[in-house]
Formats: sequence, structure tokens, C-alpha cells
Amino acid sequence: MNELRTILGDVVTRLFTDLATKEVVEAAEKGEWPDALWQAVEENGLTLPLVSEAKGGAGGTWGDAFVVTRAAGRHAVPLPIAETIVGSWLLSESGLDVPTGPLTVAPVQRDDRLRLARAGGGWRLSGTAARVPWGGAAGHVVVVTESEGRTMVALATRGAGVVTRDQNLAREPRDTLAFDAAPVVAAAPPGPRVPARAVWLYGALARSAQMAGGLDYLLRQASQYATERRQFGKPIGSFQVIQQNLAVLAGHTAAAGTAAAHAFRAADRGDPAFEIAVAKVRVGEAAGVGASIAHQVHGAIGFTYEHALQFVTRRLWSWRAEFGGEGDWAAELGRSVSERGADALWPHLTAR
Amino acid sequence: MPTFRFELGELPPEAEALRAEVREFLRRELGDAAPVRRAHSWGGFDREFSRKMGARGWIAMTWPKRYGGHERSALERYVVLEEMLAAGAPVSAHWIADRQSGPLLLRFGTEAQRQKFLPAIARGELSFAIGMSEPDSGSDLASLRTRAERVPGGYRVNGTKVWTSNAHLADYMIATFRTHHDPAKKHEGLTQFLVDTKLQGITMSPIIDLAGAHHFNMVVFEDAFVPEDMRVGEEGAGWKQVTTELAFERSGPERYLSTFALLLELIREVGKDPGERAAATVGRLVAHLTTLRQMSLSVALMLQAGENPNLEAAVVKDVGTTFEQEIPEVVHALLGVEPTIDSGSDLQQVLGFLMQRAPSFSLRGGTREILRGIIARGLGLR
Repeated sequence: MNELRTILGDVVTRLFTDLATKEVVEAAEKGEWPDALWQAVEENGLTLPLVSEAKGGAGGTWGDAFVVTRAAGRHAVPLPIAETIVGSWLLSESGLDVPTGPLTVAPVQRDDRLRLARAGGGWRLSGTAARVPWGGAAGHVVVVTESEGRTMVALATRGAGVVTRDQNLAREPRDTLAFDAAPVVAAAPPGPRVPARAVWLYGALARSAQMAGGLDYLLRQASQYATERRQFGKPIGSFQVIQQNLAVLAGHTAAAGTAAAHAFRAADRGDPAFEIAVAKVRVGEAAGVGASIAHQVHGAIGFTYEHALQFVTRRLWSWRAEFGGEGDWAAELGRSVSERGADALWPHLTAR
Repeated sequence: MPTFRFELGELPPEAEALRAEVREFLRRELGDAAPVRRAHSWGGFDREFSRKMGARGWIAMTWPKRYGGHERSALERYVVLEEMLAAGAPVSAHWIADRQSGPLLLRFGTEAQRQKFLPAIARGELSFAIGMSEPDSGSDLASLRTRAERVPGGYRVNGTKVWTSNAHLADYMIATFRTHHDPAKKHEGLTQFLVDTKLQGITMSPIIDLAGAHHFNMVVFEDAFVPEDMRVGEEGAGWKQVTTELAFERSGPERYLSTFALLLELIREVGKDPGERAAATVGRLVAHLTTLRQMSLSVALMLQAGENPNLEAAVVKDVGTTFEQEIPEVVHALLGVEPTIDSGSDLQQVLGFLMQRAPSFSLRGGTREILRGIIARGLGLR
């Protein structure tokens, strides 16, 4: 890891440790927007790693974005940081200006479609997008959609649509946005690196990093707890059965971090569909096993709202299903591998 | 809390150039070898093949030239290994010498031992076995009892080694014996030796594995004389040397590619246009495989950088062997075809062979439970 990225890692860890406290996460779950936290994240330049400095961003890479998103997952940060990173990248790749404030992306469900139509000198947006992360909280929504057979990237304000609130298991907003010939701020054809399903793809990428961060937390927290909690006169971590389970958690955590990092590296190189599918499958599987082991080690206390463990495990259970579950991505991956044929698998793998 | 670190690395261009050369060699050498032959992975013993690899400079790749090595990087060696394993090349005749015995001699051997053994290993002419386990010492390696008593000019050895893979084919064995006995300090008093397998006083008998194959041996030492100059390292330094040696073998591609041949047969079987369930099954395995390769490479890069990634290596082996063992189960669950010995399709034969071999993956070189204990120590639990 280069030195700048190490510094970035230290900055986000310190910031989230200080400001993404249990109280802030709890308040966010009751519907309160953590404004001070957002301001700090934005002022530290963490929300736009992929936007050029000339346009107000950090001029960085997906590798930098990985550091920020993974840390956000580790600290269960109740903000659309991942969505803002992806949304701002979609805009700047497509030559559009990036507004300040939190962004989200839409549509996020595979079968949801929005329609963009020319109206006079501008564009109008119509249709319904469900389960949009932070749809009611983000100031703007970045839409990737089709118009007259062409893919388009558009930016709309939150006020342009009707918001119906909903939430995921972690009580993060997952809102329905309905647009009825709503005016948009700007629209453009996508940049060369933005495919038609960019939201689905890069949404899955972002969730992989968040989950890898969540698993980092689970491993650290469960190992720590096992050395502190005493039963039968000794720390439960001195029992082999607990040690063996935590070793399994360590393996999944290591695999998740590696798979996610690999996908972000591929994003920097362009054409990351294979690695993103690998990451969503591998990290999603790790999330399920990891949450189970972390809860088992914690016993009853980990099952309470009082204990912070659940802030991460409930996110993992939601995130693994968002932007395609393991089954969807595994099938896509399997189809691409099968199409290339058995003899092409190893050459393909070693060329990535 | 101490924890692990997996960072992605990149193979240097010279390693990728070498890959093409290795593939071309394998295409010529293996031709249309049957899938079930390739499924033997690093179990296939073929001295002729090992000599060809030696001639190519693909054994002892990282060792100094003065010992017959080639002074190439650990990453170039990694590429050769993974290409050999992915193709199912019969590398067993030089595998142990290249991976463990040679590096052990390089580190702890005398100059005379290095001069005598290393160039021959590098040429692919010397095959080694490992004499560690005993009837009463499996995972509890420090309880070894085979005695090496000092006598004029060397040591007199008495005791029994078991599960000694390929001892009946190998030229030498690196064996760990007890030279000093103190019940309170069982990790002390162990010493390693180079043992000529044709030595007087050694009796070998086969231990047939569950599939009827002869890889294992029982090796009985009865007043076998091992000359002083065949001791490796100091008396009593055996435990430290053994644990160093085991660390060489934890994170390599042999820890996740053992059932790769079956994955290939599965992909052939489901065809170009698989149904949803078959596609998801293949995709999931490929996701695991891709990730494991990156994890293993990450450890290789740390080794190349002179770091000491013991914990990371243990994690790769644990995750890797779990994956290797899962493939036959997943294939069975999806296809339900009967595993066979030598009838039926290639898929059935590869399935039959690997299903019977799979239990050994999490036993060899340290059981899964021992390995997870090492990981738990890294997590600060013990």
C-alpha cells in the first residue's frame, strides 16, 4: 500500500472513530440525518475520491475509494458515502458537474427502469425506482437510464420526485422515488467506462467493500470479546472450539478483504465485471458465515440492541442482498466461465 | 490486537513471460494426458519429467548459482508452480526437495552438504521424502521418540516413522530424531538428519491408502548408522528447523489447486449454456478460486519482500484446503453422478479419484485443527 493511502486510512479511521459513535448510529436509525458527521466527511474530501481536483474532488483512484468505503463499513457509518462516491464518478466520467452534498444512485433494482425524454432544450425523467439507498436524504440522485435506445446519465434533485420512505434491516433509508416528467439538472451520454448497468455493477462493488469492512469489525470485536468474557473460570477464547470458530471467521474475513481489493484494482484498470462478480459472491458468502460466528461467540449479549455488534451484522444481512445477491452474481459468473469453456479458465484467471 | 494483512501484488513482467514458456513446455510434454492422470496433481512421480524440468532451470529457481540454482525471484518460481499444478504435471519426484529439503539445507546445512546435494536436486536427479510422523506422534510432533544415539563417527538410530510419503521411491529422507530426552522439555532434544533410504538397518513396508494406492510407508530403523556429517544443523535445533520448514509449504498454489482438474471437468459437463443452478455452482467455485489465488499470491509477494507472513500462510492453507475438499461435494450435489475408479466418463473417474483423496488435504503438513490453532494464536487468543 502506498504512503498516501496509508495516511488516508488513518484519516478515515480517526474520523469515524471520533464521530460515527454508537449514539450517532442509533439516532440515524431513528431517522435523524447525522449532519455533523456528513460535514466532517465532506470537508475531509472523502466523498469524491474519483472526481478531478479541478472539479472539486480528490483526483484519486478506486483504490482510494476502497479505503474509504471499507472503513465506512467497519464503522457502520450511517451515511450514503458509497453512493456518493459511485454517483460522483458516474457524473464526472460522463463530463457532468458534481454538486456538493450527499448523492444517491438509481435505479438499483435489476428490473426497475426510469425513462429520460427530451423536452424542449432539456430532459424530463419519468418512472419509479424502488429501494433507492438514502433516496429521501440525498440532495441529488444520479440516474443511469435509456433514452431512445441510448444509455444516458442524468442528475436530478431530490425535490424532482415523490419520495416514499422505507428502510432495510439496518434501518438505513431505502426509499421509492417516483418521477413524473420531472426536469433534470443535467444529462449526458455516459463516459466510455460507464456501461449501461453501471449502477448495478459499481453498487455491487461498493457493497463488497462495505461488507469487507464489516467483517474486519466482526473479527476484531469477536476476538476481543473472547479474550474478555470469562466462563468456567477462564476466558472463553481459551477454549479450542471458540478458537477454531474464530479461525474460520478469520479465513472468511481475509478472503473478503482480498476479493474486494481485487475488484477495486480491476475498476482502476477498467473492465472490472469479472472481479466485481467474484467479490460480491465471495464477500456475500463471508458475510453470512461471519455474522453467524460473531453472534455465536458473543452469546446473548450480542443479540441485544444495546451491544454494537448488531449494527454491523444487520448491515451485512442487508448489503449482501443489495445490487444482486450471491446467487445472481454466481450465475452470471458461471455463465461467462462456461461460455469461454473449461480450457480458457486458467488463462483467463492468470491474465486478471 | 495483532492481525493479518493481505495486500494485492502484481507479478513482474519477467514472471509473466516465463508463464508462456512453461505453458508451451506443458503442452508438448503432457499432450492429451487423461484428466484422471492430471488429477494426481503434485502426487504424480516421474523422474524423467523432473529431469526435464531441471534442465529447463525450473527446479531450485531461487537458490544461489553456486549450488546449481538459478537466482530467479520467488515470484517466477510461483508462476512455474501454479502452471504445473493447473496442468496436473507429475512433479512429485522433485517437489519435496525443491520446496522443503533444499531450502532447509540452504539455511541450516553444512557447506559440504550443500555442495553434495543441492546441484543434484536442481538437476531433478534427487528425490526426497520427509520423515516426521511416528506411530504415537502425529499432530503432537514434539513427542517424537525415534532415538539417535551418539556413537563414534555418527549416530545409531532406532525407532519407527510412518506415513512417509514416497520413501520407497526417494533417494533421501530428511528425518527428525530425538538426540536428547527430557520429559519436561519435549521440544528440545530433536535433531534433523539426512538419511540415505538405502541405509543398512532400515526396513520399509508399504501402507496402502484407502484407494488401494501405495504412497505411504512405514520406515523402521534398527541400529541404523547415520554418519555425523549427515546431521543437519546443531543437535537439539530440530524443532526450530522443522517449524521453519513447515512454513515453506503452507501458502503455495498446491493448497487450493488439488481438485482443479475436477472443476474443469464440471465446466465441460455443464456445457456452454448451463442452467441457472449449474451456472451459479460453477460461478461460486470460480469466485472462491480467484480469491484464493490472490491471497496465495499476496503471501508469495510478502515472502519475496523478506517478510514473515506465517499467520497469512496458515490462513491461506486453511481456506484453500477447505475449498479443495468442497469441490467433490459440490459436484456430487449438482450432478449426482456416480464416482468411479476406471470406468465411466472422465468426470466420473476424476470425481472418484479426488473424492477418495480429499480427506488427506486437511491432514497433510499439519491438520486443519493444528492450523486453526496457529491462526487463533495470531488473533491473540492463545
